[in-house]
Amino acid sequence: MAEALASTGRPFSVRRQTGFTAIAVACFVMLYMPIATLVVYSFNAGVSIAIWEGFSWRWYQSAWANDQARDAATRSLVIASFAAVIATIVATMAALATTRTRPYRGLTAVYALINTPLMVPEIVTGVALLIFFAMIKVATGYSGLAYLIAAHSAFCIPFAYLPIRARLESMDLSLERAAADLYATPWMTFRRVTLPLLWPGIIAGMMLAFVISLDDVVITELVKSGGQDTLPTYMLGQLRRVVTPEMNAISTVFLAISIALVTIFFVLNRRSA
Amino acid sequence: MTLSQAALGELAENAAAADASALERQAARTRWTLLSPSLVILIFAAVGPLIIVLVYSFLTPGPYGGVVWSPSLEGWFRVLLQRDIFDDSLRLQDAHLTILWRSIKLSFATTVLALIFGFPTAYFIATRPERSRNSWLFLITIPFWTNLLIRTFAIQEVIRNEGLINNVLLGLRFISHPLQLMFTDGAILAGMLYVYLPLMVLPLYASMEKLDFRLIEAGYDLYANRFQVLRRVIVPLVKPGIIAGSILVFIPSLGAYVTPRVLGGGKNMMLGNLIELQFGQGRNWPLGSALSMTLLATVMAALLVYVRFAAKSDATGHG
Amino acid sequence: MKWTVTVAALSIAALAGTPAALADGQLNIFNWGNYTSPDLIKKFEEAYKVKVTITDYDSNDTALAKVKAGGHGFDIVVPSASFVPIWISEGLVMETRPDQMENFKNMDPKWVDVPFDPGRHYSVPWQWGTTGMTVNKKVYSGDPNTSAIFLNPPDELKGKVNVVPEMMDVINLALFYVGGEPCTSDKALLKKARDALLAAKPNWLSMDYGNVEKYAKGDMAAGVNWNGASFRARLQNPDIVYGYPKEGYPIWMDNVMVLKDAKNTDNAKLFQNFIMDPQNAAMISAFARYANGIKGSEAYMPDDMKTAPEVNIPAAFAGKGKFSLTCPPEVNELYTAIWTELQK
Repeated sequence: MAEALASTGRPFSVRRQTGFTAIAVACFVMLYMPIATLVVYSFNAGVSIAIWEGFSWRWYQSAWANDQARDAATRSLVIASFAAVIATIVATMAALATTRTRPYRGLTAVYALINTPLMVPEIVTGVALLIFFAMIKVATGYSGLAYLIAAHSAFCIPFAYLPIRARLESMDLSLERAAADLYATPWMTFRRVTLPLLWPGIIAGMMLAFVISLDDVVITELVKSGGQDTLPTYMLGQLRRVVTPEMNAISTVFLAISIALVTIFFVLNRRSA
Repeated sequence: MTLSQAALGELAENAAAADASALERQAARTRWTLLSPSLVILIFAAVGPLIIVLVYSFLTPGPYGGVVWSPSLEGWFRVLLQRDIFDDSLRLQDAHLTILWRSIKLSFATTVLALIFGFPTAYFIATRPERSRNSWLFLITIPFWTNLLIRTFAIQEVIRNEGLINNVLLGLRFISHPLQLMFTDGAILAGMLYVYLPLMVLPLYASMEKLDFRLIEAGYDLYANRFQVLRRVIVPLVKPGIIAGSILVFIPSLGAYVTPRVLGGGKNMMLGNLIELQFGQGRNWPLGSALSMTLLATVMAALLVYVRFAAKSDATGHG
Repeated sequence: MKWTVTVAALSIAALAGTPAALADGQLNIFNWGNYTSPDLIKKFEEAYKVKVTITDYDSNDTALAKVKAGGHGFDIVVPSASFVPIWISEGLVMETRPDQMENFKNMDPKWVDVPFDPGRHYSVPWQWGTTGMTVNKKVYSGDPNTSAIFLNPPDELKGKVNVVPEMMDVINLALFYVGGEPCTSDKALLKKARDALLAAKPNWLSMDYGNVEKYAKGDMAAGVNWNGASFRARLQNPDIVYGYPKEGYPIWMDNVMVLKDAKNTDNAKLFQNFIMDPQNAAMISAFARYANGIKGSEAYMPDDMKTAPEVNIPAAFAGKGKFSLTCPPEVNELYTAIWTELQK
């Protein structure tokens, strides 16, 4: 111990590893630098995304006036809301049926099925849905948002499932047994005991599903019909063509929404932990 | 016990068993009712369509896209081989092999780099005092929840010819012409590393959080130096985290589409781009379907390796 | 109860697909990227109380593939002349008879009886232009008027060349370069063109579409490009010049057609008529900087277009351009095979 002190001049700590702190800090800096540049240049008074010409709100104003972008953003939020709600309800039911039970026939298969969207590459799912939905669209003539909502709900299910399952597993069964002992029906037990205890997990799952749906590019890009741009697909189109600080402004707003959601998530978690 | 008592006892037992199995069946029915919505949605919008893709891979391409419903092995044939259009000679489809190799190479490199950068970062967060740990976690989660496109866009702005890196290097006069960083394999690697790094850090952190530092202290007590402790104590202890993180980075990288499309410029394609091409300009849906199945198979293989590895590390005990 | 009703109402509104906006009608346009004037769209929206959405594509092939797949939801598409007969023969477009519309009299007579749509029963001209070479003079100061820029790049340009992902243009340029003509069925020449393209590909930087800004910013130094896009790049960066390949270059025209399974046919026909008005046609040209097929529109176009070399073909190269038409099916198949080989 004495030699260690002598060599570095700092008290020895079992927790410290050489160079780790430096790399870690470098990592954080590298992770935030591009985002920071993006945010800073969204306030650029000039037209360039790389040459600073003074502070201005103009790009936020033009982004707000951009009908296409606003339309796409609204559509993203609508789809994400529906998909998150559907996915959470369905995932809660699935979690109840697959957690805290003795292994039954088909459990592994069900578990694998629920996690399929996590394992199958998005491009493959996207292409498969393109073909499948095209058949249905031609047969029924309907080409509204239902396809996108269905697709989003499907791949959001595992993301809603995981936090709910985690929460369920850490819950104490004895409380529900006590309710049953007090002559509560299964439905009443669920509503008055399980659900309130499960609620933080459900909210976490819903938020995760919401963010995942908002985020999706590949599947939406392949499945969408005319005029059904979501914010990410709109941005993808713009990214490959004209890039003005307006894109930075839109990205910053999007970023702000994500940060808000993460903050809520963390606060909720801390409160319930 | 008299005969009647035994008979009564048996009857009671049977009744109880019948009750129990009725309860079992009731429980099973509730379970499957609860599961049915998710199963229906997933089968129709996730798994079922994959079967259609499999079928399509065995059909003939239509003249301008779409398929003609007549069976053909052309799709699978074209995955690895091609027929020269002019002299009908058979060759290896080197373009496909290049793309496959590029995908595996870049995904592997991303995973390794993510591990090199992510391990110290996760360790750093795990060794912070309790109070500030949550803030650090918060900081690492934000990029994770930021839209993939925004992050790719941010990287593009840093590496392009008029971007941050070139501006700084030109300003410091290290170079006289901007470096061509965009539209290269390196750009794709940087983009993927940037996007998937949090996916490596989070599982690693989950493992490291449970690290029992007394074991590490024991290592030091036995005269090990820092590096030996790292190699012989810490790494084996967090192996589940390493494996989980590697899988979480490798698999999405393999099927990456947006990052190579934006940063690769259409010339440095990865498997995902090649697949999408067949459904657009390539006009060969069967080939695209066959390639999709190939990608899926590769991913499944990687997952199987993971499961095997994870099972082994559990079994060996000193995990 | 009230909450349930609200949710149900919202769901129906969302599923119906139309945003609860002020417009009476809708129009979904499927057009090339960065090619539609926002001012034109605003004017159309206000004139007819229609909400317009624009989805873009970056090549004729992509557009055809997307529409053929079915269930696309578009009303209007704008393919190039060489693809128009394919769209017609595949039964994808509606015979809207633009020649019977009110503004038809404004169409320039030379664009009325065109081989790809005689008498204009299906299509209305959007813009026309040429495909040539965009070069950044600061990187390469030699002659830009040759296809060698992308087929055999000089050292300064190696690794900095972009090629637009448009099959007909690229293969035709290559055919001109090896001494052939577009749509030739001469297999030897096609093979030479294919080999030239494959040999040149390692020297290319990318095969990317949206590149006005990238040329201006220096991400790309040279490449195959369309004249209007090159013009717009020059407006941002005076070092950019547009070269007409002296070996021969394609001339093309993009045409507005209504899709057969369009949901908003009336609005689509209104749009076709709308763009035949000289002032509106000028708006289209002013945005993308290409010439259009409506006479009288020159009066309303920006001044710099009157003298720009990108729009007014210099006399030295006037005869070298050839209008791209559809090739016979066997040749088209060979083109497609070459193109897919090149793509990878």
